[in-house]
Amino acid sequence: MLDLDSAFSALADPTRRAILARLALGEATVMELAEPFEMTQPAVSRHLKVLEGAGLILRRVEGTKRPCRLAPQAITEIDRWLDWLREAMARNYDRLDGVLAEMENEEGKDRS
Amino acid sequence: MSKLTLKTEGDTHVIVTRRFAAKPETVFRAHTEPKLIQKWMLGPEGWTMPVCISEAKPGGKIRYEWAEGDKPGFYLTGEYLEVEPYSRIVHVERMHMPDPTPDNHVETRFEADGSGTLMTMRMTLPDAETRKAMLDTGMDQGMEASYQRLEELAEKGQLAA
Repeated sequence: MLDLDSAFSALADPTRRAILARLALGEATVMELAEPFEMTQPAVSRHLKVLEGAGLILRRVEGTKRPCRLAPQAITEIDRWLDWLREAMARNYDRLDGVLAEMENEEGKDRS
Repeated sequence: MSKLTLKTEGDTHVIVTRRFAAKPETVFRAHTEPKLIQKWMLGPEGWTMPVCISEAKPGGKIRYEWAEGDKPGFYLTGEYLEVEPYSRIVHVERMHMPDPTPDNHVETRFEADGSGTLMTMRMTLPDAETRKAMLDTGMDQGMEASYQRLEELAEKGQLAA
């Protein structure tokens, strides 16, 4: 259903942003990530799959574990996403200025 | 002149302010009437809001659906909790991407400011679990500060390459 950039959609979730912030401090396993977030391991794994699919994290195999770390391009993606949000918000309000001017203009006409 | 300000407050709040050159009644209506919302709450260029439900009364439903051209995008649902024409709205909202994000509780005030309006939006971020997750990961200063921290770490070369 989504046609947004997969990184943007991955970043829209606050839990996934929190996982990224944790991984910025260093590599972690699913178990290590599940603990502070008070989440089940399958729930964390689901989020990690989204982050990995979006190219925001990298995983390696170490025995039965698959520790994750932040991908180098993650910071760029976060910046792009924040810029996109800021821009979208600024654009909305610029458009709203126009709508408000139109509304007050019409009101003025009604009165006259 | 940048009219929009965005700052964090405490552990869970984000405050957005914006001034408008119209009286509070007009700004309030533009935030609550579907036909008016559809004219401006569109995000990036090229996006539209084909579906807009906004029942501005306590318990009233909110549903905004965005699309990019013919392609469906994401949608937001929510409920109005308090509605005081033309000065205050309290509502909850969540984005569906398609997984729903935790509820965002939003109080919006419209105050007369000269011949215009000062809007103050106070967002309270989600539930205790999300709050704790944010605190545990140093996101207590809010998203922005947390990303600044990420950037600093990247600059210091502390991020695994």
